[in-house]
Amino acid sequence: MEDQIFELQYALDTFYFLVMGALVMWMAAGFSMLEAGLVRSKNTAEILTKNIGLFAIACTMYMVYGYDVMYGGGALLSGISGQGETYSNASDFYFQVVFVATSMSIVSGAVAERMKLFAFFAFAVIFTTLIYPLEGSWTWGGASVFGLYSLSDFGFYDFAGSGIVHMAGASAALAGVLLLGARKGKYDKDGKSMPILGANLPLATLGTFILWMGWFGFNGGSVLAMASKESADAVAMVFVNTNAAAAGGVIAALLFAKLWFGKADLTMTLNGALAGLVAITAGPDTPSALVATLIGAVGGILVVLSIVWLDRKLRIDDPVGAISVHGVVGLWGLLAVPLTNSDVTFTGQLIGAGTIFVWVFIASGVVWFALKTVMGIRVTEEEEDAGSDLTECGIEAYPEFSSK
Amino acid sequence: MKMITAFIQPKRLDVVREALSGININGVTASEVKGFGRQKGHTELYRGSEFVVEFLPKVKLEIAITDEQIDEVVETISSACKINGGKIGDGKIFVSSLDQVIRIRTGEVGPDAI
Repeated sequence: MEDQIFELQYALDTFYFLVMGALVMWMAAGFSMLEAGLVRSKNTAEILTKNIGLFAIACTMYMVYGYDVMYGGGALLSGISGQGETYSNASDFYFQVVFVATSMSIVSGAVAERMKLFAFFAFAVIFTTLIYPLEGSWTWGGASVFGLYSLSDFGFYDFAGSGIVHMAGASAALAGVLLLGARKGKYDKDGKSMPILGANLPLATLGTFILWMGWFGFNGGSVLAMASKESADAVAMVFVNTNAAAAGGVIAALLFAKLWFGKADLTMTLNGALAGLVAITAGPDTPSALVATLIGAVGGILVVLSIVWLDRKLRIDDPVGAISVHGVVGLWGLLAVPLTNSDVTFTGQLIGAGTIFVWVFIASGVVWFALKTVMGIRVTEEEEDAGSDLTECGIEAYPEFSSK
Repeated sequence: MKMITAFIQPKRLDVVREALSGININGVTASEVKGFGRQKGHTELYRGSEFVVEFLPKVKLEIAITDEQIDEVVETISSACKINGGKIGDGKIFVSSLDQVIRIRTGEVGPDAI
């Protein structure tokens, strides 16, 4: 009888992992639609190619070597055959690999409309094989940071990856954008920011809803278990808080933009939803639903401030707001954990955030710089004018819209 | 013969079409165009930044008519496009002379071809 119950639990936990992983995989669709909606129509086919390409690269490279770097067990998944302790080892890999792809997806939006497609893919190979898995090994993997110190000693806590996944992706994006420069025409000769309108706001909205849905897998799956009363309760609370924080982010961004700009700014509101989600990701397990809403709401306000500040003051051109949503709000998510979790300290969170940022930003900067030197990372001015759909992919995303 | 070129608000196109049918005008070409006049543009907002839309969408009508039809056509278009007693942006009508018209199918020329 006990064996049968154990087997049932094993099956249920494994099943839960796989379904949650599939939800996270679906976030790749969300990022694709969000980015396709926020770029100009002439760069749509290219950004879609980038999104599906990076997803496949992340899955392959993490299978070849990345998972070994992060959790050990040998390259090419040689360590994960057979049974796990409470769930299948293969399901663990599957759940982890979709997180790598998510982190990499964050980069593509920030460098949109002017980066060379294959330079981006080359970066994706390094990021998903080494840069992400190494910081993942220091955090979720429990390894020490180059043998110097261990983040677990400081009580660093990042439930589903506000820092490990989101801020890491944003740090890599920031390094890339700094070396890449702004899109042509983004700043006039006085340095004033010129709006470059996204081509398809319905797609951007659909993408945001898909990400919101996928996030239930992202945070809910990170409970890592379902087959007991305690874990079922924990999962339910994580779902509730994840949803609450997204709602808080939307309301805060919507009202804040309305008060500041005088209009309900849709794309800022969409970023507000994602900011709420990123903010709660580091600790969706401890707050009450109301506190989760407030954590999301702070994220929603931060994201509007950060997008405007990066764009107008620092002149960092981020077409989709990825650095603000995932980086700035990712940091807020980490720092919000001690508010509701007494085992976690601000110091520990800051040390963890600093470690992730410094490593990912510097390592990515080196890789971007090497790519820039070897093959160039930016398309030519003529190619940028023509649009990367034609120059990189040879096809327009909406061919029927223009008369031939 | 005259060529009428009218720039009107896109939302008035159907009303104008109906009114012109009522006075026996059998051919109109309509194109979607952009332009500015006294109405100027308007400001929009994207990600916190205001920007000016300099060119507004308009519909351009081209109608070939006989000399006798001028007054009636101008009057019909004007009354169909004047919104709430007349507002900036209602549009403008240009009348120019038309040297020749040829119907390709039959080879008819002049007013018969209109």
